[in-house]
Amino acid sequence: MTALDQRPDLAPAATDQRRRRARGLGGALWPLLATPGTLWLLAFFVLPFYAIAAVAFGYRDPIFGSTVPEWDPRYWSFDVFLDVLNRSLFGDLRAVFLRTLVFVVVALALCMLAGYPVAYYLARFAGRRRGLLLALILAPWWINYLTRMLAWLSLLQDDGYVNKVLMAFNIVRAPVSWLSGNPYTVVLALVYGYVPFFIVPLFATLDRIDERLLDASHDLGSGRVGTFLRVTLPLSAPGLATATVVTALPMFGDYYTNTLVSGSPTTSMIGNEIELYLLGGSRKDVGASLVLLLSALLMAMMAYYLISSLRSDRPAS
Amino acid sequence: MRRRGWVLAIVTWLYVGWSLLPVLVAIQFSFNDGRSRSSWQGFSTRWYWGTSGSVAEDPGLRLALTNTVELALFTTLIATPLGVALALGLVRWRGRTSRAANGLMLLPLATPEIVMGSALFLVFTNLYTLIPLGRTAQLLGHVTFSVSYVVVIVRARLASVGEEYETAARDLGASPVQALRTVLLPLLTPAIVAGALIVFASSMDDFVISAFLSSDASSVTVPIRLYSSVRNAPTPALNALATVLLLGSAIALVLAWLVLRRRRGSVGSGDALREMASIDM
Repeated sequence: MTALDQRPDLAPAATDQRRRRARGLGGALWPLLATPGTLWLLAFFVLPFYAIAAVAFGYRDPIFGSTVPEWDPRYWSFDVFLDVLNRSLFGDLRAVFLRTLVFVVVALALCMLAGYPVAYYLARFAGRRRGLLLALILAPWWINYLTRMLAWLSLLQDDGYVNKVLMAFNIVRAPVSWLSGNPYTVVLALVYGYVPFFIVPLFATLDRIDERLLDASHDLGSGRVGTFLRVTLPLSAPGLATATVVTALPMFGDYYTNTLVSGSPTTSMIGNEIELYLLGGSRKDVGASLVLLLSALLMAMMAYYLISSLRSDRPAS
Repeated sequence: MRRRGWVLAIVTWLYVGWSLLPVLVAIQFSFNDGRSRSSWQGFSTRWYWGTSGSVAEDPGLRLALTNTVELALFTTLIATPLGVALALGLVRWRGRTSRAANGLMLLPLATPEIVMGSALFLVFTNLYTLIPLGRTAQLLGHVTFSVSYVVVIVRARLASVGEEYETAARDLGASPVQALRTVLLPLLTPAIVAGALIVFASSMDDFVISAFLSSDASSVTVPIRLYSSVRNAPTPALNALATVLLLGSAIALVLAWLVLRRRRGSVGSGDALREMASIDM
């Protein structure tokens, strides 16, 4: 504790003094410190985004057929982008977009079903075991995603543990072929991969709910179910929204899960098409257009989330 | 009340088992004494060292491991000072430009990796052609997504320190640079160390950015290796490689947690974990 802490009347005066001094050397120090990081982000974050547009709106070399970026917006050509948009809305890419949407929505619903009880237990009932449980639930965050997928790949082989257990209990007669274009495997793998990211923000919100509100609800005659539906659930809505966004963003851009557990074009998602066009083929302009479309979709989602969370904050403050 | 807690407890422990058991099985098979990754033939460390296909002997696996550690090390060395300086600048410098820079700093945290990977891939292949795809490009990409982690961690600590200490130092005659060096930086040390360790771990674990910016076999990292060898007859050496990676990031993050916890003193360990959870996106 410093003297300033005990004498709050001094603090504002000191701040004023500092502010006066800030016009001198001190004032220049802070922008100076922020400059290298900001320049780095401009060079390696902002400009690369511009490069996506430059490639998507570029032109094709008439001789080699390769994509040439166009850096000057006055000469941008939107033919390829509009063609990709058209294919995504009405053509062959429509199935990919719809499939991505269905996979992500179903995976999110399952994340909610699995994650809510866990987050709720951790926030309200875990007691002494809370630290241990939190550590165990956070563990998948630092276990490499590919390692976790790899683990399931061995279990899901035709002669793996999963099929052995299913056959031992006579649930299936012949081994299920999990790893060759099975959409259920892809969705479950997405759930397995991302549910830890869903639980943590939800837990943080549930943990902040004032227990006195729940007691009040009980005292006013609500049962357990009523209290949950009318108090806990509405109060956890912001956490659910955050959890959904935090999980949906990487899920929409995921391609490795799909490649690992399916590898079949019948389950391919937007991410797989992007990877294919950008890293695999010579149509970088198509790949870049797909990245732009995906970004637009995700930005719309983020904007909706930010606006609705700002709106729900307002009456509280 | 108690009965519901009981049912939820079962659900929670089932969840924990479901999420961690497969990984434990994978680790177990890295110690298998046979070539199989699904049937147990006794304990052995032959996939770690000693035989020709082990992590220590196989040139491909060894290269992946050194690439990963080097990349993580250099990323930490560059991203930490950049991030600390940016955090200091953003918190103490007020103005419109500062707010814009703050928004810019937060964007990488909300950008899906595939979008960032594509952007970096396209800029390196079309504009920064002096830097070919490969290890240098990977390093630049890793620093880009790491800077924001450092900023967020250091900034949280800066907010809790307040301005009183530097003001006191300034009143006692220290120059701004002296106040920064002798007062502020020592106060920030735990946050800086934790930030550096988290950057190290997340760089080691990154797959998408590394994959988009890799050129050929010379820039393969452990995650890339895991991804590409899954489909072509992997041996338990792959599990051993994954286990080594897991151990590396576990050590880095446990250290980060200890550092964050120590500065909190009496406050429970759950808070340090939660703080890390909120950062480690």
